[in-house]
Amino acid sequence: MKPQSHAFKETAAHAIHDPGLQKALANVRSGFVAKRARARSALPEFDQLCDEARDIKNHTLAHLNLYLEAYETKVREHGGHVHWATDAAEACGIIADICRNQDARTVTKGKSMIGEEIALNDHLERQGFEVFETDLGEYLIQIRGEAPSHIIGPAIHLTRPQIEADFRRVHTGLPADRNLDDATKLVAEARAVLRERFVAADVGITGANLLIAETGTSVIVTNEGNGDLTQTLPRTHIVIASIEKMVPTLEDANTILRILARSATGQDMSTYTTFSTGPKRAGDPDGPDHYHVVLLDNGRSAMLGSQFHDMLRCIRCGACINHCPVYNAVGGHAYGWVYPGPMGAVLTPSLVGIEEAGHLPNASSFCGHCEAVCPMSIPLPKLMRHWREREVDEGRMPLVQRTLFKAWAFLAKRPALYRAASSIGIASLSLLGRRQGRIRALPFASSWTRHRDLPAPQGRTFRDQWRAGRRT
Amino acid sequence: MTRTRQSSERQPRVGLFVTCIVDLFRPSVAFAALKLLREAGCDVEVPATQTCCGQPAYNSGLRADARPIAAQVIAAFEDYDYVVAPSGSCAAMLRLHYPELFAADAAYAPRAQAFAEKVYELVSFLVDVMEIDGVDASFGGSVTYHDACSGLRELDIKDQPRRLLESVKGLELKEMDEAETCCGFGGTFAVKYADISSAIAERKTKCAGEAGADCLVAGDLGCLMQLAGKLSREGSGLSVRHVAEVLAGMTDEPAIGAPED
Repeated sequence: MKPQSHAFKETAAHAIHDPGLQKALANVRSGFVAKRARARSALPEFDQLCDEARDIKNHTLAHLNLYLEAYETKVREHGGHVHWATDAAEACGIIADICRNQDARTVTKGKSMIGEEIALNDHLERQGFEVFETDLGEYLIQIRGEAPSHIIGPAIHLTRPQIEADFRRVHTGLPADRNLDDATKLVAEARAVLRERFVAADVGITGANLLIAETGTSVIVTNEGNGDLTQTLPRTHIVIASIEKMVPTLEDANTILRILARSATGQDMSTYTTFSTGPKRAGDPDGPDHYHVVLLDNGRSAMLGSQFHDMLRCIRCGACINHCPVYNAVGGHAYGWVYPGPMGAVLTPSLVGIEEAGHLPNASSFCGHCEAVCPMSIPLPKLMRHWREREVDEGRMPLVQRTLFKAWAFLAKRPALYRAASSIGIASLSLLGRRQGRIRALPFASSWTRHRDLPAPQGRTFRDQWRAGRRT
Repeated sequence: MTRTRQSSERQPRVGLFVTCIVDLFRPSVAFAALKLLREAGCDVEVPATQTCCGQPAYNSGLRADARPIAAQVIAAFEDYDYVVAPSGSCAAMLRLHYPELFAADAAYAPRAQAFAEKVYELVSFLVDVMEIDGVDASFGGSVTYHDACSGLRELDIKDQPRRLLESVKGLELKEMDEAETCCGFGGTFAVKYADISSAIAERKTKCAGEAGADCLVAGDLGCLMQLAGKLSREGSGLSVRHVAEVLAGMTDEPAIGAPED
């Protein structure tokens, strides 16, 4: 999808007043946040595992070229194919070619954020293939023509009645009198439709949570089992993964898997953890005949060794998103692309450019909750601050803001002048609101007073009182 | 005030970093800090050349503007035994971010680091350094405590204010849900993204209100301006004070955003 991050402010303002969305967002707090806290406290070695996982990723990123080559060699040994894609267009082209070579008509997809990042569905549909998302959340946003609003819960912005209405609109065979008034019935309805897709598909495309260099294996975690059906039933399985998903060994993958689901949904493990290593071998009861891996760079290698290097440790658990007060207020669509919340605020400018995504690293109160819950110890506020510095360096800070800061900094560097100026300012402000204790409207501070009162200053500044001899 | 430390030690010399927002809006917080520090046995001074810590510039990406302001703070305070601020946010700026601001300056970096190690937020300084385990104050009513983000997550301030608040005579502590969730202030964020900041504050005032306390207390005046302003706009009866005022027993001044008696 084309990024809409430049419209963050407008979309966010709308989202804050969308009662359906606000109701749906309450599930993030009551679900993900509370469950993660329980899962963490139930595992005494959780923090230690996080440190180990961080070290594994740091090591891997420091030797990424070697591990990528080792992985490629292993995949080929198992009879699979590895394709290297520099950007979205190249990745889409490679995948469409594979589908064409297989004379494919229909394609099923497991959930893949990389698929979203490269807008794979749009490309394949333009090339004449029928594409069906099989993850329930992805399926919902596909039939609604929407982007995901969360990296692990793409349809978390929806409420049950909205989903029921969508099914009645799209599933033409659905009898009008069929009861769909709870989640189980909705899942059963989706399952019935999706089962036919799985069986009919010529190509199955999945993402990867991890790639293992030692064995040439890709790993996906799901709670619906749709990933397994997507990758084992069709003749051809295509894995689409970005290069930083690599880990050296099975043991390393295990360490990360132990913190991934706990950080994401609060589960000890996802319901399904699936390892795929090449096509069906002689004697295997099932599996694809053809196995392809498309390794996507799309800006990652440029992040290596840059100020944003640490972001490449991200395992896409979504903990930072779930704990973010800004995300919880505005939801994922406001971020305007594929990756919302703090991880999106750092990653999106790296991938689509700061001129498009400048709002995202700025729209943070720097509360630090994201960094505190990140299992990979990514210093997200610091990285957002680096984006703000980059904007200043590139002269992107609006002139008015820049001028105000310059004036303020000029004063702050001159204590005597600062004291005199603040003394006058505070005296006037105090006159306005001292008796009531608050100021309800201030013309030059309307962005504050539109939403809240401004508590009035007590009177003279501390420094004036101190100079006048007051000591207690 | 209860001290467990030997009183025969030399009085530590403390430089009080007032913070710009306390200086401008609520001097009583600085006077409360002075009282608490003196009662804890400190020799407190207020260097005249302080203005602001530079955090607004630093967090807006203006490192070049933040650096001379930081250097001015370091020069004014580096000779004290300790530097204490009635704010977790400003203290974290001085303690954690100044060294980062000068990290690339090999000549100056050790000086910034040596300074940083002396910096503390007021309440954690009283408890962790001065080893105070109670205060001589009283407060008639119940209090709910908001964990301001920087203090909580950058300086590990969680139990210290609660321990001292519980020693205040007549004070009952009532915990709110989501005490550790941001109030939505975030410095310039509060005006640059005012809609979002306000929506976050609404959630916070809801949790604070549901705690059923008489007074909302925190260690950072930025958060308190945001929450007092929001509560006032909502017509709430919940009063708002800085933790130092309550611990120092200096609650005669009207609460933040409250009218004169």
